[in-house]
Amino acid sequence: MSLFLIVAVPFLGALLPGLMNSAGRKACAGVTFMVTLVAFVGLLSQLPAVLAGEVVQARVEWLPALGLNVNLHLDGLAFFFAALILGIGLLIIAYARSYLARGDNMGEFFTYLLLFQGAMVGIVLSDNILLLLIFWEMTSLASFLLIGYWKHVVEGRQGARMALTVTGMGGLALIGGLLILGQIAGSYDLSVILENREAIQASPLYVPALLLILLGCFTKSAQFPFHFWLPRAMAAPTPVSAYLHSATMVKAGIFMMARLWPVLSGTTEWFVIVTTAGLLTMVIGALIALFKHDLKALLAYSTVSHLGLITMLLGTGTAFGAMAAMFHILNHATFKAALFMSAGIVDHEAKTRDIRLLGGLRKLMPITFVIATIAALSMAGIPFLNGFLSKEQMLEEANRTVLFGAPWLVPVLATVGSLFSAAYCFRFIGHTFFGPVRDDYPAKPHDPGAGLWLPPAILVVLVIVIGVAPFLAEPFVKLVTADVLGAAAEVPKAYFKIWHGLVPALFMSIIAVVGGFLMYLVFAPLLRAWDATPRPDAKPMFDGVIAGAVALARGLIAPIHDGAFTRYAAVMVLAVLGAGYYAFGTGVVGATAREMQPMTPIAVGGWAMVIAATAVLVVMHRYRLFALVMIGIVGLMVSAGFVFFSAPDLAMTQFTVEVVTIILLLLALNFLPKRTPDESGALRRIRDAGIGIIGGIAATALSFHYLMRDAIEGPISAFHVANSYKGGGGTNMVNVILVDFRGFDTYGEIIVLGIAALLIYALTETLLSGPVRARLLNRKPDQAFAGDAHPMMMVVLTRVIMPIVLMVGFYIFLRGHNEPGGGFIAGLIVSIAVVMQYMASGFGWTSARLRYPYHGVIGAGVLVAGLTGIGSWFVGKPFLTSDFTYVRIPPFQEFELATAALFDVGVFLAVVGAVMLSLESFSRLARRVDMVESEHPMEINPARDDPAEDPLNELRKARTETA
Amino acid sequence: MELLVASAIGVLTAGGIYLVLRLRTFPVILGISLLTYAVNVFLFASGRLTIGAGPILNRYEDLTYADPLPQALVLTAIVISFGMTAVVVMIALGAFLGANDDHVDDIDDTEESAQ
Repeated sequence: MSLFLIVAVPFLGALLPGLMNSAGRKACAGVTFMVTLVAFVGLLSQLPAVLAGEVVQARVEWLPALGLNVNLHLDGLAFFFAALILGIGLLIIAYARSYLARGDNMGEFFTYLLLFQGAMVGIVLSDNILLLLIFWEMTSLASFLLIGYWKHVVEGRQGARMALTVTGMGGLALIGGLLILGQIAGSYDLSVILENREAIQASPLYVPALLLILLGCFTKSAQFPFHFWLPRAMAAPTPVSAYLHSATMVKAGIFMMARLWPVLSGTTEWFVIVTTAGLLTMVIGALIALFKHDLKALLAYSTVSHLGLITMLLGTGTAFGAMAAMFHILNHATFKAALFMSAGIVDHEAKTRDIRLLGGLRKLMPITFVIATIAALSMAGIPFLNGFLSKEQMLEEANRTVLFGAPWLVPVLATVGSLFSAAYCFRFIGHTFFGPVRDDYPAKPHDPGAGLWLPPAILVVLVIVIGVAPFLAEPFVKLVTADVLGAAAEVPKAYFKIWHGLVPALFMSIIAVVGGFLMYLVFAPLLRAWDATPRPDAKPMFDGVIAGAVALARGLIAPIHDGAFTRYAAVMVLAVLGAGYYAFGTGVVGATAREMQPMTPIAVGGWAMVIAATAVLVVMHRYRLFALVMIGIVGLMVSAGFVFFSAPDLAMTQFTVEVVTIILLLLALNFLPKRTPDESGALRRIRDAGIGIIGGIAATALSFHYLMRDAIEGPISAFHVANSYKGGGGTNMVNVILVDFRGFDTYGEIIVLGIAALLIYALTETLLSGPVRARLLNRKPDQAFAGDAHPMMMVVLTRVIMPIVLMVGFYIFLRGHNEPGGGFIAGLIVSIAVVMQYMASGFGWTSARLRYPYHGVIGAGVLVAGLTGIGSWFVGKPFLTSDFTYVRIPPFQEFELATAALFDVGVFLAVVGAVMLSLESFSRLARRVDMVESEHPMEINPARDDPAEDPLNELRKARTETA
Repeated sequence: MELLVASAIGVLTAGGIYLVLRLRTFPVILGISLLTYAVNVFLFASGRLTIGAGPILNRYEDLTYADPLPQALVLTAIVISFGMTAVVVMIALGAFLGANDDHVDDIDDTEESAQ
């Protein structure tokens, strides 16, 4: 199966459990199992190639410009981890099916689990580090969701947050580190990076990169001092703890260190940091584990300790250490997952994981007892079990390692760690299963069904098989080791044997096991001593750091972000001005290259009107209606300016938009107060005016500066000028740019416009369905209504003019490709024609004649434009490639047919729909209960406020009198 | 001529900033409209000022034209800014109808009067 599929199957499969949720628990778990099985079988299908020493590859370019490609590879190391992830995944899924309670949402659980699985497989198969980082972050997120799966459990939520904070922070560091590595190597492909050992280690950025990468690995793999999140993640359901937090996710950091071993290891920095962190983690983890009463917490700290062991082995930088690390990963995954599942069984059956409430389970749960005991003894390092073998290798490696110039330091600490490790294993067995049978278990324990014990039993069989016949695992471990080492070192010759003769490692091992058993025997006094010793607790410290960070962020943000919009606006303007001033002051300023064009009286007149209208607007802005008149003048003068400076399309657009904008603002003003109260003091006004004037001077200076100079490079529109007719078939270059050269931009813009209109519609709906509706309906208008709301002159005029306006719109649309015009402008003109009907004849009359809802018009527009673009796919061209031809149908003149015109139809429809939907939404707010919906819009409004003042009444009266 | 355009952009910007810093929604919207004009003209002017040479290609003669690209960009900007203005107006209106208050600052009155 292709590597793409192996990675994709869990992600695609993640859709299924949710869908199967209603089909029952068995179906839900079954489908998850099948998905994982498919991926697993797909992986196994690559085994022959991997065993033959090949590196299976699958590559596809994603964003080659960024160096981000979906490059996957599968060598021995990747295969090893992928097999662990999928193989143990299968067992975990089977186990979880029995473990989850009836009330738990199984579909949700398995969806998260498959997402995690896919991300994890993605990490180990990625050949591109950017892709790897994406998967890396996804595992952190999936882990967050899984730890907090029981949403009602407070510890679960807190643990999930802590895990996400710590691993997420590490992930950020890792991103930085890997990017540096990619920069040094000149490629983001691992295969290239791994060949650049000399360049990377010689680079001055090696140490920062190493520190950042190790930060990522240590947080993920819970190395001291970042180990504290892992035990708190144990609030997750046991299958999650067994899967993510012992077998797979926490090994991602280890995987990363192993993957980058050829380029990073071998330096003093690597050796000291990694070995020390590993040793400390190993000893501290084992010590804490010994005194934990919660079975899962005990196992969690033991996992921390074993991860430390593996880290230490990678840190020594020797080939033998790397091999021992790989072997221990395999062994640890088997016995630790079995132990977690056993702990889960005990919890599930006895309803407690507190070791103090347990004991004597040997007789009540014989199957569980056998499984857990074998796994725990393997962890303790007892011969004929696999844990013994890798522990011997570890001790042998420790014996050769000299840290800080003291040859005794590493062997002694390794032995002490092993001793504690043996002690907690004995305690785990002894205090849970041995001792007298009690009668105060929270529930009567008994062995569970095969669904729960079979998965760990399979793992325990592996524990024994590897333990008795290590030569079976040897070729595979050496294959994996060869891929870890790469070209940096040779695979060691050492054979995997139970008996190595009377070597120092054997004596260290004996000391550890015997010492561990002695510690177990004197556990009670040890526990008292432990409880009496003060120890730092990570949770308050972590919470303190978080609280500190929050307080710092508040302290920085609160003074600026205090809820006052005016303050943000002022701060932003000043910041932009400051940055602009700095950029201007430090940049290179060229000399004036252009002549100033002479002013003409007309231009000066237009300029004066803009200045005057703006000034009056600012001074009189509190009279809102008047302000609208002023802003209308500004808009009209801007349109006139566009005409003057050779931009006819812009002038037409600005002019039509001006009309609809003013109508819109008038509609809004209908509800808003007509006057802005005078509430800011003189000081504030002077301050604001100061900011405004500085901004204005800056804008003037910048505009004048570049208006007087030529661009450094020639304008790119030279291309558009040259190709507008040749390539686009139109002479109106602005329109050709809109519908052809930059059609994709325009497509995005009409979508944005449509979304804006739909947003307005949605907001209106929300307002009208809430308490605002009642207020609107009973609103007392603050101005008297006109007697004839729909004056006859206007009604007749607008109806007469309607077809003419439509024809103008049509004409503007058609000529758009060659003369000023086009879809945008035509859309606005037609909108104005329709708006005039609303204004003249009333809302009811117009909407009764409306055949198509405006939403549909927007949708149709976007659809037409999109389909036009897709059409070019059928002739094998990229999206929105345009084509045109000239046709001549007698007796007409020859004319042009262009696909771009079809695209422009889409633009036209979207603009009409968006403008009309916005304006219609606003006017819907204005409808009142007592409003007459008349079929005859020219009728006199009977609801008018003061009929006596109607001059028509006088007239009628006079008439009746004369009659 | 360049000075006229540049100073008009400046005046529109200054007026826009001043109005954006007012306390009620309506003047803020007016200020945003003024800033929109300023920005659109500013962008348009990046093609430099050309008189009497609209970007309509003459098929038979080699002429110089006003830069069409800034025009195309500003054309869509004008239409989009209508959409955005409409949304902002709607939000302002919804806030006023819902709370009967059209202040833009969301702080309590004591703080505000202290300013």
